[in-house]
Amino acid sequence: MLKNSSRLHIPEPGCRPGETPDMSHITVPPAGEVRRPAEDVDPAEIRDLAWALIRVLDDGGNPVGDWNPGLSADALEKGLRAMMLTRAYDARMVRVQRQGKTSFYMKSTGEEAVAVAAALALEYGDMCFPTYRQQGLLVARDWPLVDMMNQVYSNSRDRLKGRQMPVFYSSREAGFFSISGNLGTQYSQAVGWAMASAADSDSRIAAAWIGEGATAEGDFHHALTFASVYQAPVVLNIVNNQWAISSFSGIAGGERTTFASRGLGYGIPSLRVDGNDFLAVYAVTRWAANRARSGLGPTVIELFTYRAEGHSTSDDPSKYRPGTEAAVWPLGDPIERLKAHMIGAGLWSEDQHAALERELEEVVRAAGKESESYGTLKEGARIPASTMFDDVYKEMPPHLVEQRKQAGL
Amino acid sequence: MSSPETITAPRSARRLTIARAISEAIGQEMERDPAVLVMGEDIGKLGGVFGTTTGLLEKFGAERVRDTPISETAFIGAAVGLAASGMRPIVELMFVDFFGVCMDAIYNLAAKQSYFSGGQVTCPMVLMTSVGGGYGDAGQHSQTLYATFGHLPGLKVVIPSNAHDAKGLMLAAIRDPNPVIFMYHKALQGMGWLGTVQRSITDAPEGDYVVPLGKAAIVREGSDITLVGLGLSVHHALDAAARLEKQGHSAEVIDLRSIAPLDRETVRASVRKTGRLLVVDDDYMSYGVGAEIIASVCEAGIPLRAAPRRIAHPDIPVPFTPVMEHFVLPDADKVAAAALTILEP
Ligand SMILES: Cc1ncc(C[n+]2csc(CCOP(=O)(O)OP(=O)(O)O)c2C)c(N)n1
Ligand SMILES: [Mg+2]
Repeated sequence: MLKNSSRLHIPEPGCRPGETPDMSHITVPPAGEVRRPAEDVDPAEIRDLAWALIRVLDDGGNPVGDWNPGLSADALEKGLRAMMLTRAYDARMVRVQRQGKTSFYMKSTGEEAVAVAAALALEYGDMCFPTYRQQGLLVARDWPLVDMMNQVYSNSRDRLKGRQMPVFYSSREAGFFSISGNLGTQYSQAVGWAMASAADSDSRIAAAWIGEGATAEGDFHHALTFASVYQAPVVLNIVNNQWAISSFSGIAGGERTTFASRGLGYGIPSLRVDGNDFLAVYAVTRWAANRARSGLGPTVIELFTYRAEGHSTSDDPSKYRPGTEAAVWPLGDPIERLKAHMIGAGLWSEDQHAALERELEEVVRAAGKESESYGTLKEGARIPASTMFDDVYKEMPPHLVEQRKQAGL
Repeated sequence: MSSPETITAPRSARRLTIARAISEAIGQEMERDPAVLVMGEDIGKLGGVFGTTTGLLEKFGAERVRDTPISETAFIGAAVGLAASGMRPIVELMFVDFFGVCMDAIYNLAAKQSYFSGGQVTCPMVLMTSVGGGYGDAGQHSQTLYATFGHLPGLKVVIPSNAHDAKGLMLAAIRDPNPVIFMYHKALQGMGWLGTVQRSITDAPEGDYVVPLGKAAIVREGSDITLVGLGLSVHHALDAAARLEKQGHSAEVIDLRSIAPLDRETVRASVRKTGRLLVVDDDYMSYGVGAEIIASVCEAGIPLRAAPRRIAHPDIPVPFTPVMEHFVLPDADKVAAAALTILEP
């Protein structure tokens, strides 16, 4: 008989505050090493890609290997610009939060490529089901910053009419689905949207994002089942930024296998990509989108990246991880890496970069000024409180008419 | 604020936030009873987003203070399994609003374990969860959902209004053989970033004491009107009572502390005395605690000098901006105004 030696395993991160950060457990394979299968490949032939790390940009900023999407200078500049604009936007919104002009904010610093490269690889009509950390989708789709700020400020032009918390954007026109407070729920909805699109023989597809932490939620698994069963045209992105508030990816199940490999059990082709490599994210998203559009169903993509800042303005990461951890993150910064590539290719220069940085700061500042003229959470114009009874139902039922009257509105 | 009859240990002059009171109660019970453990999101190193497990990881280690994967269904379901094997798990649902992704584990598994096992298996677990708005977090992070939980057979539901009661209720909840939903209001929690009603920060004995589940407390005596509250709304009622006094009205304030079981008798006895009733709820109006309290009084045939009233949220999601939220949430002004319509019709 076997001796009873079962014991509980509690995952522990490599280092805690006060310790020297160490990321030596993360293996970074050379860029260009992973093959690019044909878009109509049988998923059974590419199971290994769920444990690979697709990278295009090498350490010198050169694009190497089959996955190089060969983007034009214009496309590269558009990507760089959108990532830089997202970063500048985030920086300003955190500043205004500190000034009390809004109550809360969430940055995407260090993960800008995840949303921006995907937005550029998808078609504008494709429907996005994001989390709170994919503001880069809106930025890359040229959605007006003023409109985003209006939501964050909850001012008189807020399209969500003062009802939703900051960064929980919703834009029907921009193909940006309403964000819900409950983690993971966007995945099932994305699959439903994709199923409708397939049934209509519509060429549009859906794309969804989820954090690695939230992959533990049931909705993630339910959605993968449906996506697989109905071969829904959907790109299912897992943003593995290593942290879920204070818990590291091991708590989410990252110690045994990759998050990409979750898709394999459902028979869904699953790829793992360097999330800080703009070109790789673009290429892999395009591959998956082409598959979906040509009737070959869903793809799971794990984007391996790092949450360089706190979870939100309510979070203090120094309580649970070393402050210098970001500095040893081995996959670098997405903006710096694309910049190095463009300079290396003779398409860009330090001077142009500095000028663009200044220009974008001004763009954000001007947008901020305009948005603040429509009010902020602290002062100025707002949506009238009486409207808060609207839209609960399509038509206001009698009891709400009555309650609105009682509220004196 | 405290209820002297429930105190068994000598009083001390400490000042505790509800967060501290909760973590202290859990820590003391973990020391006393090796079957107690805590599971939830961000409860380890971070000590809980609302401070309910501060210092516990350092003291008891990661096996007993366990950060979980983000699956409320799994950790609440697991707690039911742990409880069935003799453990006393405490789990934290970060915001009550998240109950939507895990309700089956709560109302079908935990709540019905005892009943559908013919009493063979009990479910001694505590689900602690933050409730309430007022700090700008909108309708998916600001609900209280008191009635939603109070409505379900098999669950006990408690809501402290102050640190003294929080500690005693938590100790009672952990020792109770039934699943207990322990709801703490964010506006009372004592977290720096949230702002806190100072009156919720109270003294509490360092030692062991319980506040029995299902016993309301009379937190202010009065003779003209009974104001019934729970959690934060107790403080609105107390503030209103102080104002009413200046206008010559004596209000009695009852802190329900528990809505399942509900101490109907304490409320009835008070209304028999005052003949007037105003319930201050902090949840959607329809089918709420207010309706339940008013029905309990009416069903007992207690003569009333004026029609009873309730204050609650209108039946809409809690909106984000303070200008709107203000109209939705109860406050002392609304309580005082409603009380006056009863007192001076
Ligand atoms: C159902 C549910 N449970 C818990 C939370 C609280 N919560 C919000 S964000 C978060 C961490 C999510 O981490 P991850 O999925 O990795 O995404 P990231 O924040 O890293 O982008 C948690 C636990 C929630 N919003 N909803
Ligand atoms: Mg994460």
